Amino acid sequence: MSSSIKVNDLVVKFANVNGTGSASANYLFAKAIFRMGIPVTPKNIFPSNIQGLPTWYEVRISEKGYYGRRDGIDIMVCVNPQSMMQDVKSVKTGGYFLYDNTKKLHPSFIRDDINYIGVPLMEMCNREYSDPRQRQLFKNIIYVGALTALLNIEFEVFEDLLADQFQGKEKLIAPNIKALQLGVDYIKDHYSYPLPLRVERRDLIGDKILVDGNTACGLGAVYGGATVAAWYPITPSTSVVEAYESYVKEFRVDPITGQNNYAIVQAEDELAALGMVIGASWNGARSFTATSGPGVSLMNEFLGLAYFAEIPAVLIDVQRTGPSTGMPTRTQQSDILLAAYASHGDSKHVLLFPSTPKECFEFTATALDLAERLQTPIILLTDLDLGMNDHVSDPFVWDENRKYDRGKVYDASDLDKIEKFGRYLDTDGDGIPYRTYPGTHPTKGSFFTRGTSHNEYAGYTEDGEDYVKNVDRLLLKWETAKTIVPAPDLYQANNNSKEGILFFGTSMYSAEESLDQLAEKGLKMDAIRIKSFPFNNTVENFIHSHDVVYVIEQNRDAQLKSLLVNELSIDPNKLISILNYDGMPITAYKITSNILEKSKFTIAQTANI
Amino acid sequence: MTYQRPTFKHPGLPKNNLGYTFKEYEGGLSTLCAGCGHDSISASIVEACFKLNIEPHKVAKLSGIGCSSKTPTYFLGNSHGFNSVHGRMPSVATGASLVNQELMYFGVSGDGDSASIGMGQFVHAIRRNLNMVYIVMNNGCYGLTKGQDSATADEGSKSKAGSVNMFQAIDLAGLALELGAGFVAQSFSGDKTQLIPLIEAAMKYEGFAFINVISPCVTFNNNVGSTKSYDYVRQHIEATSTIDFVPIQEEILTNYKEGDHKNIKLHDGSYVMLNKLEKDWDPGDKNSAFSALQKARDKQEILTGLIYLEENPTNLNKLLNTNSSKPLSKLTEKELCPGTKTLQIINDGFK
Repeated sequence: MSSSIKVNDLVVKFANVNGTGSASANYLFAKAIFRMGIPVTPKNIFPSNIQGLPTWYEVRISEKGYYGRRDGIDIMVCVNPQSMMQDVKSVKTGGYFLYDNTKKLHPSFIRDDINYIGVPLMEMCNREYSDPRQRQLFKNIIYVGALTALLNIEFEVFEDLLADQFQGKEKLIAPNIKALQLGVDYIKDHYSYPLPLRVERRDLIGDKILVDGNTACGLGAVYGGATVAAWYPITPSTSVVEAYESYVKEFRVDPITGQNNYAIVQAEDELAALGMVIGASWNGARSFTATSGPGVSLMNEFLGLAYFAEIPAVLIDVQRTGPSTGMPTRTQQSDILLAAYASHGDSKHVLLFPSTPKECFEFTATALDLAERLQTPIILLTDLDLGMNDHVSDPFVWDENRKYDRGKVYDASDLDKIEKFGRYLDTDGDGIPYRTYPGTHPTKGSFFTRGTSHNEYAGYTEDGEDYVKNVDRLLLKWETAKTIVPAPDLYQANNNSKEGILFFGTSMYSAEESLDQLAEKGLKMDAIRIKSFPFNNTVENFIHSHDVVYVIEQNRDAQLKSLLVNELSIDPNKLISILNYDGMPITAYKITSNILEKSKFTIAQTANI
Repeated sequence: MTYQRPTFKHPGLPKNNLGYTFKEYEGGLSTLCAGCGHDSISASIVEACFKLNIEPHKVAKLSGIGCSSKTPTYFLGNSHGFNSVHGRMPSVATGASLVNQELMYFGVSGDGDSASIGMGQFVHAIRRNLNMVYIVMNNGCYGLTKGQDSATADEGSKSKAGSVNMFQAIDLAGLALELGAGFVAQSFSGDKTQLIPLIEAAMKYEGFAFINVISPCVTFNNNVGSTKSYDYVRQHIEATSTIDFVPIQEEILTNYKEGDHKNIKLHDGSYVMLNKLEKDWDPGDKNSAFSALQKARDKQEILTGLIYLEENPTNLNKLLNTNSSKPLSKLTEKELCPGTKTLQIINDGFK
């Protein structure tokens, strides 16, 4: 086994039993790496269960700053007998398997190409702690201590972290430190340390933050001025509204009256949740809901109403693995077509695709602006990986002078100046009409909002000409949307290569790593990251200026490709899909190997990655 | 094409205290069948609003889908209206009512809309105690799709085509009472003298006010054998009392005999006057209300009037402690956005 030293490039995976407090210990480990200035990506791979089933936590450490998931486990920390066979198998040749050796390991778990590190976790806990809950919790901290010695993590970093974590509960700090020390000491007494695989302090984090996308969305809704949140609990979106709630409780209570400048309602189902958002938006508030695929399925009816009656609504869809109930705790990007064309009849919706927590924050606030500007639903498509896992992200930014775009709304004095108010009149020629809030004026500006066909004055109509005029104006509005939705990111000033890569959302992390891997193979590729739908000209130009574009997505049916082909009239053969849909985030290896296999420029090199 | 009434106003038309004429509370011409009970209810709503001196633009009208849900176009033409989707009016009304407490929320629904497709939302609107008036125009059938039985059709009731309904009826008033609605009333579209004061009282009530109005469908459910035909309802109606509504500014007259009447004071100081009360019945006592409803059912009668009234309701806005002095829609960046400095502190918390 090689003993060459490898610094800041490893994957540590923890195998635990769900509900034993392991996630916070594992997070402590990841955060320590972050505090040492080293790029790190933790991923919680958890079951749809409260207690008892196997759960994993994967931490990738990458000096090069690659934040995507990587295959190949360098160190497996296994404290779950249920999953031990599969956990032993998943370790890379030459890797390490840290386990509880209170009981001797059965020979069937022994591989001769990996290293075993036994730490008698249970025995140590039983000796040191009498309370059963403490025995369970500190078992997790002891293995973090063992890793601290094995990987050469700075002990002081933990002292700082624990001081931050237990502010106000200081008496919990010492027992945690003690547990860490137990782990450190055991390794020091029994093994040579540190391992050739280790970490070293760097200054690669700068002012970046470590946060999950759902928290960022909740905070974005607060900064974006959302006052009404209506929702129905569903994994993996639940923490969006929970985050919103914790921030509004802090920042939105009137200091004089003690009354709330927000309202949150847990609805009876997702239909009602969106109905409430629509009612609130109709009455002039900024409002949002958060859900996942099954919720969007239920919301179709109301999405059609909001599209046709032109009512603002913001919907955050934290996608999970479908169809149906699917894998509720695994990630996918598989609601794209559902969201884009939600509801019966000709209807389509503006989509936003954030890739980072910073973008979750920004795009949520932007969605509130866009919804009121365009008077239509805006759907933010994030996913479980972005929403629930912590990501190293640029810090949140807010311009102190930023004003909310409340869109086209007539107040009483505006109404006094006009002869006759027409709710659906295209006064400005951009397809966006003016609206009024209920209660604005005693005699002018009232109208009847309806999902039935209506003329420019909101009157019911079954006249085909009126109908066509209205739905064609909605198309004109769609064209206007293209000019104001977030523009894509191009990775090059000019398009140079014959083949290009197109990606969006959380595929960004591995796609960027893959671009480097391909460049190392001599295959330099142009790349574009899409941030919104409808697609603007930049997307169209990118596709037209390449012979072939690899479209990377995390679903089975190449949904974004379908949308590109359909909306931009692209020859389907020009777009080659690279798909990942097993519920785990896509890896750079998967992208690179697929491109090398499919690219006509690299046929000779396919065996070499 | 919207049907609009002529806008000509006779200068001599009587005005209410706010200076509005009756006309200013009317809406477009009804497109429902001639003789439809729903039109009588619309007319009662117009009259109640005129009498109560409501500013028309301070009312928001909301409905679902169906014949009943079309009616908000036929009253209060100067109010914003929202004809939403089938059975979903309660959620839209919930969202709207969270935003602006200066408006009065007036929901109109039907028996298909509330007792079938929208049962879930109906139930939860009651449970949350929305501050709104919720009227069900109940005809026991689906009019727009030509007369199918609805879930409020009585067991044994005969449709126009002669088929007999096999299933038990859902009693919406009983359900509302059970779920904790603070104002539960039942009436008949043809009885304006009872319906108008009920609507007035409901509009002044600061909580969920439910009125189930039996409203015969002249086209599909007005046949012999139907228990929601005009003839059947007129023969089987039993009023709990006669009712009158006394707004805050009027002096209350108490020239009724002791034990024969009851005055209930509403939150704003106005009164609901109930006269000729049934002896063993008290509209402030839920058990008594349950019992009265059950007895009427046993006799196959329709109990009308104010069935239950809880005097001090705690509505959703109070429960959520939402800003009551300024609508959420009028809050600005200053009140809503925590600002750049705070964001810096939040960022630091994630380091």
